[in-house]
Amino acid sequence: MREYYSRGRIVFQVLNYLFIGFLTLICIVPVLHVLACSFSSPAYADAHLVNLWPKGFTLAAYRFVMKSSQFWAAFLVTVKRLLIGVPLNLLLTILAAYPLSKEDTIFRQRKYYMWLYMFVMIFNAGLVPTYLLVKDLGLIDTVWALVLPTGVNVFNIVLIMNFFRGIPREIEESALVDGAMQHTILFKLYLPLAAPSIATVTLFSFMGHWNSWMDGRIYMNNMTNYPLQTYLQMMLESSDTVILNAVSFDALIEKMMVSGQNIRAAQLFISILPVLVLYPFLQRYFTTGLVMGSVKG
Amino acid sequence: MKRKKILDQNYILLHVMVWIPLIFILVFNYYPMISGFQIAFKDYKPGLGISGSSWVGLAHFKEMFQTQDVIRAFRNTLIIAIAKIVANLLVPILVALLLNEIRVKWFKRAVQTITYLPYFLSWVILASILTNILAVDGGIVNRALALFQIDPIFFLGDNNVFRQTLVMTDVWKNFGYNTIVYLAALTGIDPALYEAVTVDGAGRWRQTLHITLPGISMFIALMTILSVGSILNAGFDQVFNLYNVSVYESGDIIDTLVYRLGLQQYRYSFSTAVGMFKSLISLILIAGSNYMADRFAGYRVF
Repeated sequence: MREYYSRGRIVFQVLNYLFIGFLTLICIVPVLHVLACSFSSPAYADAHLVNLWPKGFTLAAYRFVMKSSQFWAAFLVTVKRLLIGVPLNLLLTILAAYPLSKEDTIFRQRKYYMWLYMFVMIFNAGLVPTYLLVKDLGLIDTVWALVLPTGVNVFNIVLIMNFFRGIPREIEESALVDGAMQHTILFKLYLPLAAPSIATVTLFSFMGHWNSWMDGRIYMNNMTNYPLQTYLQMMLESSDTVILNAVSFDALIEKMMVSGQNIRAAQLFISILPVLVLYPFLQRYFTTGLVMGSVKG
Repeated sequence: MKRKKILDQNYILLHVMVWIPLIFILVFNYYPMISGFQIAFKDYKPGLGISGSSWVGLAHFKEMFQTQDVIRAFRNTLIIAIAKIVANLLVPILVALLLNEIRVKWFKRAVQTITYLPYFLSWVILASILTNILAVDGGIVNRALALFQIDPIFFLGDNNVFRQTLVMTDVWKNFGYNTIVYLAALTGIDPALYEAVTVDGAGRWRQTLHITLPGISMFIALMTILSVGSILNAGFDQVFNLYNVSVYESGDIIDTLVYRLGLQQYRYSFSTAVGMFKSLISLILIAGSNYMADRFAGYRVF
């Protein structure tokens, strides 16, 4: 069907494209600007002459970051928390979601368990009691402080539970007739069927661990135990001199080729990279997750 | 007989499964709630432990209502949170409506891909970017404003504009992602309705007014009701990474205050009392808004 274009319609469409284009630029320009800063020589960056294209192109800031042992230590802590935290999140999510997806008539205590899980979502114990608990358990300055308190995520449980509820009952019933046990049904039948929603939860969990900084800040006394985001935050708060002195350089010349602003920008980009690599998946599965999460159970 | 045994074992298995994550919740969520209630009504001293510290009754709560910083934090939280709720509702709806009019497929896709991006970056990263571009001396935003003869604005250091900066940057981070929900709702409207009113001679504007908006109005109402539950959450991650002492007056919120009181000034009991008070009000609001959502829109979380 060919649309009829009146003059008013054409004016609207032109303005619409311009407006939407402007909104898009607002989202991408700040990122491009900081990227340009990271590749510019400090003389230009500090004089505020860099716009969207690097001036006095240099890789000095990136070389500086690559040599920074603190940066890589922080990166390693984040990798560690991902390797432990994401599988733990997944396991606990699946274990809770499966029984809770059963009908009340089959799993009679479901309602009570459900309340125990849901209440956590709506009542927050608060910062200090949680901190004191983690301290009393002796988890301070260990990677466990970053993965155990966030082990269970009720939102993810509800998401997977809703997906499980969409799987036809007959599958479970026929397996039960064949004498299958519940854990076999869960791991052999339900999980393969739920692959897309498992992927969604994996990405949620990955992003949660990758982006979290607060727990690193409160549970880590020793700065070498900071995860990446906490380290970046410390950099943001530190003065330029502190940043430059953090790495011991043999040659003073090299130090003069970078500035605090430079280094912050370079670190920022290295830490955004993994997100950009995952971006196509994030886009796809976060949308599905959003739609699934709002589906009524 | 054997069949009965398998059924029993299966029943036990369901309990075992549900209890493993439940143990985590009991330890890391329920235990702090119980200890938190005690700490808030005691004068907690780390050396004495929770049970060793003495009860002080409502002393911390009384002090709370007499402390200017706390009252200020509650006021700021309400103002910032409500402004964010409204802005995060209106902007995504508007963008979804406008994006819906765009017929060039690749343009639409590119717009969505780019506007999602800030959603996936942490507030630490975004704060780093924002302090760079919003800098009062030579930040790229103030340089752009200078082209229009506008004096530099101290976005992150002026009490008159700090809240607006918070709301705008929050919308900036989230509108791309929030738009998805409304776009999905828009595709759910029956195309036959549009055809019917077109035959009746309705133009685009009247179509939007009489078909599109009523079509998603239930959805908008639901989102509004549910957002009431977050009226005391002004966004700790964002504020903490963007504020500084000079904008406490307009930008200090309950969560940042609780953090400073508890983990920087070591006033454990007082900080816990403020946090508990906030959690209790939030609990009432969330329960209330979910009840309303169930009552008027038939929405249930589970």
